[in-house]
Amino acid sequence: MGGKILVVEDSSAMRAFVRAALEEEVGATVRESPSGLGALSILPREPFDLVIVDVNMPDLNGLELVAFMRKHGSLAKTPILLMSTESAARDRERGLALGANAFLSKPFTPERLCAAVRDLLDGSKV
Amino acid sequence: MPDVHDEFLAEVQEIIESLSRDLLLLDQAQKDGHVQPDLVNEVFRGVHTLKGIAGMFGYAQLGSLAHKLEDLLDDLRLGRVTLSQEVLDVLFEGVEGFQRVLAEGREGPEQESDIAPFDEAMEELARQSAPPLEARGALEDFDLDPSVLSVLTEYEEHRLRTNVEDGVALYRLAVRFSLTTIDANLEDLKERARTVAEIITYLPSMEGGEGDSIDLDVLLASRATHAELKTALGEDAELVPILKRARTASLTHHDALAPPKAAPPAPPPGRDHGVDQLSLRSVAHSVRVDIRKLDHLMNVVGELAIVRAAVGRVTDEVRGKPELRHLALELHRVHRGFERRLEELQGGILDVRMVPLGQLFDKLARIVRQVAREHDKEVRLAVTGAETEVDKLIVEELSDPLMHLIRNAIDHGIESPRVRELAGKPPVGTLALNAYPKGNHVVLEIDDDGAGMNERLLVETAVRKKLLTPEAASELSREEILELVFMPGFSTRSSITDLSGRGVGMDVVKTNINRLGGVVDVQSDFGGGTKLTITLPITLAIISSLIVRLGGRRFALPITSVQEAILLDPTKIRSVEGREVLTLRGSTLPLCRLDVLFGLEAQAEAGKRFVVVCAVGTRRLGFVVDALEGQQDIVIKALGPSLSRVRGFAGATDLGDQRVALVLDAPGLIEEMLRSSELVALEAPR
Repeated sequence: MGGKILVVEDSSAMRAFVRAALEEEVGATVRESPSGLGALSILPREPFDLVIVDVNMPDLNGLELVAFMRKHGSLAKTPILLMSTESAARDRERGLALGANAFLSKPFTPERLCAAVRDLLDGSKV
Repeated sequence: MPDVHDEFLAEVQEIIESLSRDLLLLDQAQKDGHVQPDLVNEVFRGVHTLKGIAGMFGYAQLGSLAHKLEDLLDDLRLGRVTLSQEVLDVLFEGVEGFQRVLAEGREGPEQESDIAPFDEAMEELARQSAPPLEARGALEDFDLDPSVLSVLTEYEEHRLRTNVEDGVALYRLAVRFSLTTIDANLEDLKERARTVAEIITYLPSMEGGEGDSIDLDVLLASRATHAELKTALGEDAELVPILKRARTASLTHHDALAPPKAAPPAPPPGRDHGVDQLSLRSVAHSVRVDIRKLDHLMNVVGELAIVRAAVGRVTDEVRGKPELRHLALELHRVHRGFERRLEELQGGILDVRMVPLGQLFDKLARIVRQVAREHDKEVRLAVTGAETEVDKLIVEELSDPLMHLIRNAIDHGIESPRVRELAGKPPVGTLALNAYPKGNHVVLEIDDDGAGMNERLLVETAVRKKLLTPEAASELSREEILELVFMPGFSTRSSITDLSGRGVGMDVVKTNINRLGGVVDVQSDFGGGTKLTITLPITLAIISSLIVRLGGRRFALPITSVQEAILLDPTKIRSVEGREVLTLRGSTLPLCRLDVLFGLEAQAEAGKRFVVVCAVGTRRLGFVVDALEGQQDIVIKALGPSLSRVRGFAGATDLGDQRVALVLDAPGLIEEMLRSSELVALEAPR
């Protein structure tokens, strides 16, 4: 199925987990950024089919990144999958209100992740 | 997904290490009465990440432990619980629990570890804690754009409220960061702001930057004056106070957090071109490497060193043939080039293996705190030389022996505050942990100002335990008496306390350190304290060694222990207390005839033999050998399980001509030779 995906997440183990699942199951090309600010420097110059964002990151948090993308011309339409821990109902509500397309609560299985990603990649092609 | 699992374990270990560090800082901050919210949040974030990934990777126990700890930390950072020593106990116990679960469950997530101490501490805390305080909102009074509030995380919003309630002023700072230097700019800004303000969050400007830069609005809370802030952040900083709305005139709309029209480049961005490549750079500057991969590379370099030695020999052979002189010259040149590059490669890999001892010290600091609290002793840990670098493997192996020595120092060394005061000492004991490089070695000192060792008691104990005859005891020197603590079966306490105990004695500590090619020396002043000095080689991977010949065989002596080699003049050998010695530049040097020790027949004539002077720590010994062959880099290979108990050898090595040489264990031999002469009387009664 392919697709180019940016994973913005401060935990290296999480990034590795997501990367392995997406590369193996979805056949996606995965780029990683360990911080929101790092993502800000990648996003304007490289097109992505999907951006996966963790909410709780130091400095620039995931919600701020979503808000930035949605107000930033070329990025306004890029699908965003927001992730956070299950306790963060507040994050889900705010993230979706800010314009994230889907929310995945941690922990999740590779299957759930891949299903959500496939949905978003399919949706963006229509 | 084995790689992914490795990544998980590595990150967990990293988190535990930084948690330990941060908790110690928090402990200090709590004692000083000034707890930085950043630090609490840092700890929360670590535990939060740990919980998240433990859940993802199926480590249920790790996850549930992290979850409990996270709840506590959440209460802490949101101000619902105040940081006390009891809370810190729970946090330290939690980190200890992580370590235990991880150590016991390394092979898989299923096993259950005993984390009862954590659960107990947690329950104890729950009984004591007061009902949570409710935070009240005053944020609405401020001229903050609702869109700002909508992107804050719960914690950021809490910090904002707390600051407002405390009457701290809010500011907006506009900065422009170049994409290529964003990490450095951010660090610089944090450093500048650290003493004068709390950074609540960074908001990307919705207008974006100009291609290669980003405009950010930084939300600050500060008690400093506008002028002080300007001084700290830079005179040209675009700093705007966020005003409190006048309740009556509700229509003055400041649009306070909208981006400024023309933001000046805040800290000079130091522009760089080649932007496409550099955008990658901000993502990752370092890689994490499995030590086994480095071991493998080191082995390859070792094999290359052997190839180099072989090429060297061929070169010498060719040079001996006049008709090949032209070829010899060329070969020599190529060989030299190869040699230089190989040295560089070797140095590079060794450098990568080096880690600062600080990693280990942080772990020890946690033990110090824990042990001191368990025993109602007050101990200040003073660390110097945490930046001293040592091979990663040595650091790993050093952890247990050091932990034991530290427990010992607090348990047996440092007295309770009352006893200390009676002795005219400050009530808080000092435990100094010093590290410094010394030539090819690293020296580690564990120095306490506690009770010191009672020599009379040491001798009495040794005699009572039949480790020493009364006659032999009367002849021991001060140093030899202190060395008694390293004898197997020696322990001055009748029962092993749970502290120093754990079933190992000082003899095990010593053996472990010897195995790393190091030695332990002890100095003690009864009433004034004890100092243990550990001298270790910097690396174990590749070592330079002196190849010596003895009885037709070759042996390698690690050069780190070799001081010098001299021609042996048989007429200068004297006998002192039944042992051969030489006087070398005014001091006495005991000799060890390796041919006799190994049952070999010396092949050199009496006047043409050599003495290789080896030293480890303060001890010196001269090994008598037939001939010196030269210096060579070697990779030590273990002797294998069936020979591992043979003493005197550190392993074997291939010298490059398909012949194997045994590597002498200089520290071990020195220990054994010198002790057998010092305590020769001991052997009899056994």
